[in-house]
Amino acid sequence: MPAPTQLFPLIRNCEIGRIYNTVCYCHHKHLCCLSPHLAHNHLRCAPQKKLATLCPKENFHQFIHARSYVSTPQRFYLTPPQVNSILKANEYSFKVPEFDGKNVSSILGFDSNQLPANAPIEDRRSAATCLQTRGMLLGVFDGHAGCACSQAVSERLFYYIAVSLLPHETLLEIENAVESGRALLPILQWHKHPNDYFSKEASKLYFNSLRTYWQELIDLNTGETTDVKEALINAFKRLDNDISLEAQVGDPNSFLNYLVLRVAFSGATACVAHVDGVDLHIANTGDSRAMLGVQEEDGSWSAVTLSYDHNAQNESEIERVKLEHPKSEEKSVVKQDRLLGLLMPFRAFGDVKFKWSIELQKRVIESGPDQLNDNEYTKFIPPNYHTPPYLTAEPEVIHHKLRPQDKFLVLATDGLWETMHRQDVVRIVGEYLTGVHHQQPIAVGGYKVTLGQMHGLLTERRARISSVFKDQNAATHLIRHAVGNNEFGAVDHERLSKMLSLPEELARMYRDDITIIVVQFNSHIVGACQNEDF
Amino acid sequence: MFLRLLSDVQWRTASRSWRSTSSSRHVTTSAAEPPPVSLPAQAQVVICGGGIVGTSVAYHLSKLGWRDIVLLEQGRLAAGSTRFCAGIVSTVRHLSIELKMADYSNKLYQQLEQETGIKTGYVKTGSISLAQTQDRLISLKRIASRLSVMGIPCEIMAPKQVAQLHPLINIHDLVGAMYVPEDAVVSSVDVSLALANAASRNGVQIHEQTSISHVMVQKGCVTGVETDRGQIECQYFVNCAGQWAYELGLSNEEPVSIPLHGCEHFYLLTRALKKPLESNTPTIVDPDGRIYIRSWQGGILSGGFEKNPKPIFTEGRNQLEIQNLHEDWDHFEPLLSSLLRRMPGLEALEIMQLVNCPESFTPDMRCILGESPTVQGYFVLAGMNSAGTSFGGGAGRYLAEWMVNGCPSENVWPLDLKRFGALQSSRTFLRHRVMEVMPLIYDLKVPRWDFQTGRQLRTSPLYDRLDAQGARWMEKHGFERPKYFVPPGKDLLSLDQSKTFYKPDWFDIVGSEVKCCKEAVCVIDMSSFTKFEISSTGDQALEVLQYLFSNDLDVPVGHIVHTGMLNEVGGYENDCSIARLNKRSFFMISPTDQQVHCWAWLKKHMPNDSNLLLEDVTWKYTALNLIGPRAVDVLSELSYVPMTPEHFPSLFCKEMSVGYANGIRVMSMTHTGEPGFMLYIPIEYALHVYNELMSVGQKYGIRNAGYYALRSLRIEKFFAFWGQDLDTFTTPLECGREFRVKLDKGTDFIGRDALMQQKQDGVCKRFTMFILEDHDTDLDLWPWWGEPIYRNGHYVGETTSSAYSYTLERHVCLGFVQNLDEETREAVVVTPDFINRGEYEIDIAGQRFQAKAKLYPFSSLFTQRRRKDEMELSGYHGK
Repeated sequence: MPAPTQLFPLIRNCEIGRIYNTVCYCHHKHLCCLSPHLAHNHLRCAPQKKLATLCPKENFHQFIHARSYVSTPQRFYLTPPQVNSILKANEYSFKVPEFDGKNVSSILGFDSNQLPANAPIEDRRSAATCLQTRGMLLGVFDGHAGCACSQAVSERLFYYIAVSLLPHETLLEIENAVESGRALLPILQWHKHPNDYFSKEASKLYFNSLRTYWQELIDLNTGETTDVKEALINAFKRLDNDISLEAQVGDPNSFLNYLVLRVAFSGATACVAHVDGVDLHIANTGDSRAMLGVQEEDGSWSAVTLSYDHNAQNESEIERVKLEHPKSEEKSVVKQDRLLGLLMPFRAFGDVKFKWSIELQKRVIESGPDQLNDNEYTKFIPPNYHTPPYLTAEPEVIHHKLRPQDKFLVLATDGLWETMHRQDVVRIVGEYLTGVHHQQPIAVGGYKVTLGQMHGLLTERRARISSVFKDQNAATHLIRHAVGNNEFGAVDHERLSKMLSLPEELARMYRDDITIIVVQFNSHIVGACQNEDF
Repeated sequence: MFLRLLSDVQWRTASRSWRSTSSSRHVTTSAAEPPPVSLPAQAQVVICGGGIVGTSVAYHLSKLGWRDIVLLEQGRLAAGSTRFCAGIVSTVRHLSIELKMADYSNKLYQQLEQETGIKTGYVKTGSISLAQTQDRLISLKRIASRLSVMGIPCEIMAPKQVAQLHPLINIHDLVGAMYVPEDAVVSSVDVSLALANAASRNGVQIHEQTSISHVMVQKGCVTGVETDRGQIECQYFVNCAGQWAYELGLSNEEPVSIPLHGCEHFYLLTRALKKPLESNTPTIVDPDGRIYIRSWQGGILSGGFEKNPKPIFTEGRNQLEIQNLHEDWDHFEPLLSSLLRRMPGLEALEIMQLVNCPESFTPDMRCILGESPTVQGYFVLAGMNSAGTSFGGGAGRYLAEWMVNGCPSENVWPLDLKRFGALQSSRTFLRHRVMEVMPLIYDLKVPRWDFQTGRQLRTSPLYDRLDAQGARWMEKHGFERPKYFVPPGKDLLSLDQSKTFYKPDWFDIVGSEVKCCKEAVCVIDMSSFTKFEISSTGDQALEVLQYLFSNDLDVPVGHIVHTGMLNEVGGYENDCSIARLNKRSFFMISPTDQQVHCWAWLKKHMPNDSNLLLEDVTWKYTALNLIGPRAVDVLSELSYVPMTPEHFPSLFCKEMSVGYANGIRVMSMTHTGEPGFMLYIPIEYALHVYNELMSVGQKYGIRNAGYYALRSLRIEKFFAFWGQDLDTFTTPLECGREFRVKLDKGTDFIGRDALMQQKQDGVCKRFTMFILEDHDTDLDLWPWWGEPIYRNGHYVGETTSSAYSYTLERHVCLGFVQNLDEETREAVVVTPDFINRGEYEIDIAGQRFQAKAKLYPFSSLFTQRRRKDEMELSGYHGK
């Protein structure tokens, strides 16, 4: 049993049962067989059973008892500052700069954050402002079977989208600049946390693929103005295609060769928002989700979902997948709520195991580097694999016209949505964002105020802000609730500290990577734009 | 570059509303409205700062006969923190010296109006300190027993009596209170103006609107100041710049480190009550509620020291921060709640203003007074920890005495600037520390609390090793020292719960460490000691040491001498051990907090001779105290050298190898009277030697021990410790150390004449050891220090330290006994006979315990040990 000893000082016997109960069904993996705790040679087993046999409750208890002598009570909790330093390690905020004291963008800014459960984290996030067209792009990417694919998508997808949106003249201009070695027009301005990196080694390769794409766009010149929805779909499909091609062609550089193969053999979902004035487009592939926070006239909050999950909980997705394959495969194509009994999201980037023919897979693996050959997973062919491809990266795009009551948008990976109801998410963010603004200092300044009145006022203010304690970042605030909420919906420090002190090897059993972007809209501008439109 | 006018305009406009509503000021004196005269070209003394502290220094200097004094104020007199001061003068203080300062201030302010004709707003209101808990009441009782021996009336009273003294107070949650009827309130602005007025009548020149950019220093001496209105040459400079003292200190070429940091401080002013509150209504201090409340113009003035203070001016004077000093009601909310709980009747009272006045705080909650160790003639009085009014008078007096007479009339070491070094000057350290210090003002002060912030600054190379073995740490002069070691499996109370005036939770842990020291062998990491090396090419080192120290240092190489470093009146400036390494170099070990003071004293008295070298080697050595009867065995096994007393007699120092490490200085002394050795190990060998000691020592039962065990051992052996028992007013004759003074060693030494005289006249106080007789360790309050000693029912002195003796199974207190003449209250000669023929009692928080007095340690009680050595060994360290 590979249970690490560090866990035991952290969890009292009584808690184990409670936490354990939530483990098995609460936190499934996209691709169950890749759970880091499971030996590679158990691929064919059903995932839940796998987990269940791994840590039956009784055994766990006995084990704890047997080792309880090592527990030292001082090690039990993380202090609030320690908790904060963990929660805030990846937080990032961006405020749209103002011109002339005015912010003319429909976006005020965004807060983002992520909390790892996998080591290293498999989620990625991106945010950038389009420089050659209007609008801002924001996206969350949930990787599986490693982080290679999500990393690549987080670096590349926005360029594909931006290029798809560019008018013909700009594309020509860019191509001419590259051709003649002139400085390139910047296409995107990235808003990155220092931990969000780009791989330097592959940039040339990625650039060449991108260039091929815009050259084709130039050749195709339709003369029509670009439709955002179409651009998003094209960009998604094109990038996935490039990932697949790069892996098939390979690269003379052995490091790059291995990289492109890892990208192709791992997978990633993507949920991307494009905001331009009042036009909000959400392109989604996989089971991340975009949620709009709407403030009703009475001040209450309601959630509007702006994406469809591509998984077994979505009837029409099951329908779609089944229709794409012969009747004979009807039973095998979706099994145990997974694609071919293996994959949780029904759409994803990469994952060529679900896209390539068996021959192609074998050929690439055999000619590939040794590391690939030694990997049991890559060699393994999914069961009932008859009519590939089974998987697509094509997104579903939803268009929404922003209204003044649309206050914010939450983009998050399934790590958030499986722990929290969407309604709670929207309420917590909404109250957080408005609470922050209610914090004006008070001054007596010439009014007749008694001590009693002042006291009443202050007590009320205190009660209102106590729940908003310490977080400067809406995404951090949300993570704090997602991880630390007790049954009453309030943050329980003890629980939070316990969840965060789980050792790397176990964290993944109790929660998934969580990545959140909260975009705040500028109601004044949205209101003004709306009036112009009509 | 910095002390640019702190926008005087800003201050005045910002505070106008307050000024107009406060009592009409008498701005009639010449001091407050100086004609725009030019600055003098030179003066004997330049004082920077026209607050209550600066004016008090000027006042007292002029009283002592100095006339050539210039006081410079960048804005207006009394316009800084002094203006916003709550004006409470209270003698309710924990430290004797603070208590004396406050008492003197009170008496000074009382007669100031008569002396100067300026109204000072002095009203003798009395103060009531409330206790919401039993522990708080104990704390008050401890203060009460000290106040009463000083002749300051005070009374511990029941809640009901409190209600009779104050019309508004809610007493339902109180367990008791202390009433000090002579405490007072003043208008601190008017007190400063009165002091300034009296000073200027005595010839002090006062210049407002004059700011000092820096102090000019040459060859380590003050030569003048540079102001925005020209230079002034001067011999002495006094930095009373309050909040800005830190920056002013650093602005010199030779910086003077004055560790203080500002925090915002809030108090509330209200309009008058319907039935205006009498001006002589007692001031209420509710430390458990963190607030004070005084009557103010028929209404109240109430502020406090919140748990989450807001430090300010971390990056120095900042215009933006000054402008942003707004009322912060949300921050004040806990204090307001506390106020309304204490006086619910105030609900309907109308608010006038919430005043935000930054105060400066120091790293140990005591003010900073004294001369800079680096610049001669540079004096400092600042960092009043928001007690400027209470201490201003007394502290000003002590500083003036220091400047005029060369030393103050009381022991001010607890306030001395030299207790700090540059190491306490980090802004980050100060910012973090003052955030702990400010709430501490109203926190319960229990024995042996340690600061929690600004820790782990200086550590021994063994720190991690010891920490992993359960060490709990205390800090001295920035250095982490182990208190005791919590054995595996055993758990202590959390910090908050461990606060007690009774038997502490570590009692058994320390007991077993002591037992191990007595029966086997223990290692105590004592690396924090200050270590100097003095060497010369010729005999200069010996000559200077012979002049500075009272014992004879012309001993054979390898001998260790315990000796005092005395001042002119024969008092201990330092108490140290000096080993003669060779004919021309000496190794000197002194208490940890002597690092700055001792260095300054040596530098001041050493001739400027390039052949004489003084080096601070504190950081070069890790010191391990190997203590206990089996220490000999452990060490001889590690060195293959016989360590028995025949080969290695007591008080010897040899360089030898321990394990693989060579050149370890081994000294046969332990600072406790127990057998054993001190090992001075070059730090790179520290871990090796420690590991070797522990592994070889295993079969002898070796274990780690901490300072609490050390303290218990040294106190039961009647060893005095400098800084705790000994001070600059204690002579060797008064603590039974005549044998360490060689009056006829052939050379003169500082303090010799005074000691000769005292030898002839006899001593007026005598260091005595008390064994508590009817004290129940489990149930009674523990002694700490500062408890009054009664002889035949009469007060004769105070204890200076105490510890539980695990050998005697009794508490032992050390302290000084005086013989106060019954009529004149003057101290007359104390004879051994006087000590021996008395019935003693020690007063612990109002409860008296019988005690047996002893002038000599129990040698017979402790097994058959080398008796002679016990007298020779010294302990001057370990709290």
